[in-house]
Parts: sequence; structure tokens; C-alpha cells
Amino acid sequence: MITVERLNEFGADTKDGLERCFGNEELYLKLVGMVTDDANFDGLAEAIGQNDLPKAFECAHALKGVLGNLSLTPVLEPVKEITEHLRSNTEMDYGPLMEEILSQKDTLSSMKND
Amino acid sequence: MDKTEGKIKRLVLVVDDEQINRELLGNIAQQEYNVIYASDGDEALEAMKEHNDMLSLVLLDIIMPKMNGLEVIEQAKKDEDIKNIPIIILTSEKSMEVASLDLGAVDFISKPYNAPKIILARMRRVIELYEDRSIIKKTERDPLTGLYNREFFLEYVSKIEQYSLSQEYDAVAINVDHFHLLNELFGRNFGDEVLQRVAEVVKTILASTEGIGCRTDADMFYIYCAHRDDHEDIARMLSDSLEDMTSNMRIRARVGVYPYADKNLQVVRQMDRANIACNTIKNNYTQNVARYDSALHDKELKDHRLMNEAGEAIDEKQFQVYYQPKYDVSGNKPVLRSAEALVKWEHPEYGSISPGYFVPLFEENGLIRNLDYFVWKQTGAQMGAWREKTGIRVPVSINVSRIDLYDPGIGEVLQKILEDNGLGTDDIFLEVTESAYAEDAEQMIDVINALREKGFRIEMDDFGSGYSSLNMLTTLPIDYMKLDMEFIKNMKTGSTGFRLVKMVKSIADYMEVPIVAEGVETEEQCRLLKEIGCNIIQGYYFSKPLTADEFESLQVRELG
Repeated sequence: MITVERLNEFGADTKDGLERCFGNEELYLKLVGMVTDDANFDGLAEAIGQNDLPKAFECAHALKGVLGNLSLTPVLEPVKEITEHLRSNTEMDYGPLMEEILSQKDTLSSMKND
Repeated sequence: MDKTEGKIKRLVLVVDDEQINRELLGNIAQQEYNVIYASDGDEALEAMKEHNDMLSLVLLDIIMPKMNGLEVIEQAKKDEDIKNIPIIILTSEKSMEVASLDLGAVDFISKPYNAPKIILARMRRVIELYEDRSIIKKTERDPLTGLYNREFFLEYVSKIEQYSLSQEYDAVAINVDHFHLLNELFGRNFGDEVLQRVAEVVKTILASTEGIGCRTDADMFYIYCAHRDDHEDIARMLSDSLEDMTSNMRIRARVGVYPYADKNLQVVRQMDRANIACNTIKNNYTQNVARYDSALHDKELKDHRLMNEAGEAIDEKQFQVYYQPKYDVSGNKPVLRSAEALVKWEHPEYGSISPGYFVPLFEENGLIRNLDYFVWKQTGAQMGAWREKTGIRVPVSINVSRIDLYDPGIGEVLQKILEDNGLGTDDIFLEVTESAYAEDAEQMIDVINALREKGFRIEMDDFGSGYSSLNMLTTLPIDYMKLDMEFIKNMKTGSTGFRLVKMVKSIADYMEVPIVAEGVETEEQCRLLKEIGCNIIQGYYFSKPLTADEFESLQVRELG
């Protein structure tokens, strides 16, 4: 189950995220729970796999907005990084960054399913 | 809008393709507003159309699949119904902020979102601004024509002047001839249509030149526009536009121009000058455009001075009452029957000024009441003195201005003058100009009936000049009808002028009132009038207006 304590341990800036929810903890936790199901994670992985950088940028950009609003720092940071590379169409190996993103997302998912 | 705990909740639309962002922002917004959602551009436009009037604000994400936020703004701005709904954009892209503001968004909220209190404060500010603006937009326009109303026009002109120092402007006034008559003859809807057509011309002019326009005082239009050498095209367009409205009467709108308007003058004074020019061609049907020039300027200065000095001049007795005799020509020999009290201004600098010149000025600044009162009192006292000295009773008519009739105490004032001087209502007649009836018929008729009940006799002055309808004329309460001088001027045997006079005589016969002709200067005029039974004659043919002493001698000579 996702709790504020566990998110703090995870490294999320829950104070910031909660403030954006007007202190509504229930809403905050619900939205964090939803983020792991966000189709943009799969979309990003797929586009990277196909080397479709513009499409990958769209997905990364959308994720950046959501993760930023929820202040999920450990996932947000690699998403921000990949977004900037994709924005400038950098030809590089996106594998490690992608792995980092998915692994942080999986941590959240497992928290939800515990 | 929903009323919760007595507070009105406005409606806000949140548009974002990410559900998490929608919910997050919705949660913030719903602290103060009712919130509806859309998840893409199409849905957003649909919701805006559905709720248009009720929607206070849209929070719009920029990057969305299908239609992005910028396209939504573009579409919305093209749609009359929703283009005024304010939009705040949501973006994490710095580069989008300026682009969206350029397109017409009012503000932006960056992602990740700021503290909710900041977001709410920005929403409040935008809504407040837009609501104020829409109230102003509604009140600044004249609902009939869509032009500005007078107050906003004057205000905006002063702003234009402030910011366009190097541009020369013209002040233009447009006035519809005899508008109240059109309303009376053809009805209010017709009058409205005339005004709308004039307004369309004003808008056409403004579409091709820098400037603004308004409607003021019912049938008056103002334009303030970048200087142009020629304004004849305005007159032509007006004439074309009004041409087919009636088959039997030409409707004219005349144009007054104050070119190179002096920005040091108050805007209202600049417009006055256009108006002054416009009024110079009131009775000149060959000229439709008049310009404010140096001659008008000199006259304006003189008029201004006269108006300023009028109060003092009355106190200093610079006004002198004259008596112009009226003769009864029904017998073989003309008999002195009565007189009209007239007033001249012996100005220390300008010399003798005729009432034809200063009465309109006094009517404008309200001093006509003081002057009328002065003349009434003077005349009453003089008649009392004559009565005592000569014992001869010759009735004298005094002029009663339209504005006097609005004074509820007018009957008492007049009666007091009679009492103070030992006179009766047989001694003093009241001349009321026809146009006084025409402008506020019911009220005027009530007041005049009340005066008649007190015993006063009413002469309708300038009959035929006030454009009253025949139907109205024949129902007016009057005891004498006084022909407008213009009729007499154009009167010769067999002329149209003479036929007109005969026609007026038959109206007078129908109403069973005697007719008085003034401005009679020649023997022929006198003879023709007598021929048709118009037997009371006033004018230079018999006598110019006389001083009190001269008139006293005349009375003694002819009736003593």
C-alpha cells in the first residue's frame, strides 16, 4: 500500500506534492497510485525501442508534467533528463536512462501492490 | 453559477489530457469554483460553446494529442460566442508562454504547478478583470446602434489625444433634421431605423479611417477621426442611405466638421464646435456639410461673452422693453388693438442686439427665464403706470418660453404681476411658440390648460414653423394663432406663399381662433391678408417696435 511514509523513504518530496493537493492526502495517494498505470511509460519504452525520438519526447514530456506535479523525485529526475535529450534529438544510448525510469516506476508499483 | 453558503460559485473549465493533472488542478480550483473537465481540444471547444455565458475561465493545457492548446485558443478567438472567455494556459515549456499570450491567452500557470494559493489568486484576478471588462463593454455602447455612448466616447477621445500627439484629428457632428417630427409622423420604430442607418454610415466611415464614433442626444452622432480634407462623402453616404425611407419626404442628416481639432480644448468643447458648424446649415437645404471656421470662432467668442454677461446685464437694466402695435384692419380704418412686448439688449460695446440673436443663447444657458421674468415685470409695471396716467387699456402680449412652462409656479408668478399693477387677464396675453408644444406636447398642454383656466389667453407664436403635425395642431388649446413671419415674407398675389397663408387661415377657421400676422411690411401684404379675413396685423407697415414713451403717445393719439 502506498503511504506518505513509504513515499518519503522512496525519496519523493511529499511535502511539496501534498501542498499541491491542498493537503488532501487521500487525493495525493490516489493520484500517485494512478501514475504507475500511465500509458506514457510503455509508450516511451516502445518509442525508444523503435528509435522514434519525437514520439518518445511527447511521452517523456507528458510524464515529466505529471511526475513533477506529484513531486515523485526519483522517477522525475531521469524523466527530466531523458526529456531534455529527446528535445534536442540527441543520438545516444537511451537504454540506461530508460532502465532507471522503469526501475523507479516498478518500485512504486510494488509499493502499491504490497 | 451555483450559490453555496450565500456565495456565488463561478464555473471553470479544466482542460488537460492527463487525468492526474486534471484532478490535481480541479482539486485546487474547486476550493472556490465549480469545475468541469475536458481531456482534449475538441471536448474543450464543445464545453466552451455549451456553457459560454456561464463559463468564467478556462485552464488549458498546451501539449495535448489531436488538437493542442494553441489551436484551441485560435479556434475560440474566431467564435463570437466564446471568444471573450478568458483562458489561462498550463505549460512546462518556457517557449510556449509567450506564444500563447500572443495568441490571446490572458496568463499562464507553469508546471509543475505553483503553490495552490498562487494559482487561485491568479484565477481570481483574471476573472475579476474580465468581468469588469465585460460590464464596461456592455455599458459603453448604445444598444440601438452599437456605437459608443457619449461618456465613453469623450473618455476614449481624450485617451486617443493623449497617445497620438503627432496625428491631426477632425471632430465631426451629424444631426438628423427634424428628428422629433419623424418620430411623431412615422412612429418610434421608423425613427429608430433612421438612427440605425446613420449609425451604419458612421461605422462605414470608421472602417476606413482611424477614429471612433458615438450617438448622443437621441439624433446626434459624433465622429472623431484622423484628419481628412473632404467630408462630403459622409453627406453623400447619409443621403444615399436615407433616400428610400419615405416616398414623400426627404430625410436629411447634416454634417458639421471642426477640422484639425485643437487638442488643448476639452473634448466636449471640440465636439461643440463641430455641432456649432452643423447648426449653421440647419435651414439651408443646399448645403449638407459645414466647417467650423474663423467667422464661427469669432461668433462663438462673442456668444460666449454675451452669455457670461447676461446675468449682470439684466441687473444693470441693459435690456429695454419695446412695444410693437397690432392693428385691427377689419374696418375701413385700421384701429390700434394691442401690442407685443419685445426686448432689445443695449450692449455697452456691441450696441443694440436684437432678440433674434440673443434669445437662442439665453435659451441654451437657461437665463431666458430671468429675462422673461424681467420683461413680464417691466411690462406689467408699465401698463399699470399707463392705466393710472391715461386710463387707456390696450392689451399687451408677453412671450413665454418653453422653459418657463416647466415652472409649476408660473401661474402664480403671472397673477402676482397682474395684481401688483391692478391688471387683469384681459390685459396681458401670453405668446407661446409652437415648437414648445411640439417637443413635449402632453406636459405643455396641461400647463397651458391650467393657465387658460386662470383666465389667461394664449397666442400660439410662429405658427407653421415648429413642424407639429396637423392633427396635433388642431387639438391644441389656444385663443389666437400667430402666423410665422416666413409665410408673410413669401406672400404675393397668386404665389405659393399666399396659398399657404390661405391654408393656414382655414385651419384657424376650423379651430375657431382669430389669426394674427406679424412681420407685415408692405401695403400689398396687408391688403392680401385683409382679403382672406386675417384682420390683426403687426409689423413695420404700421409701426416698428416703440419705446414705452412712444407707445404711450401713440395710445393717446389714437385712442385717447
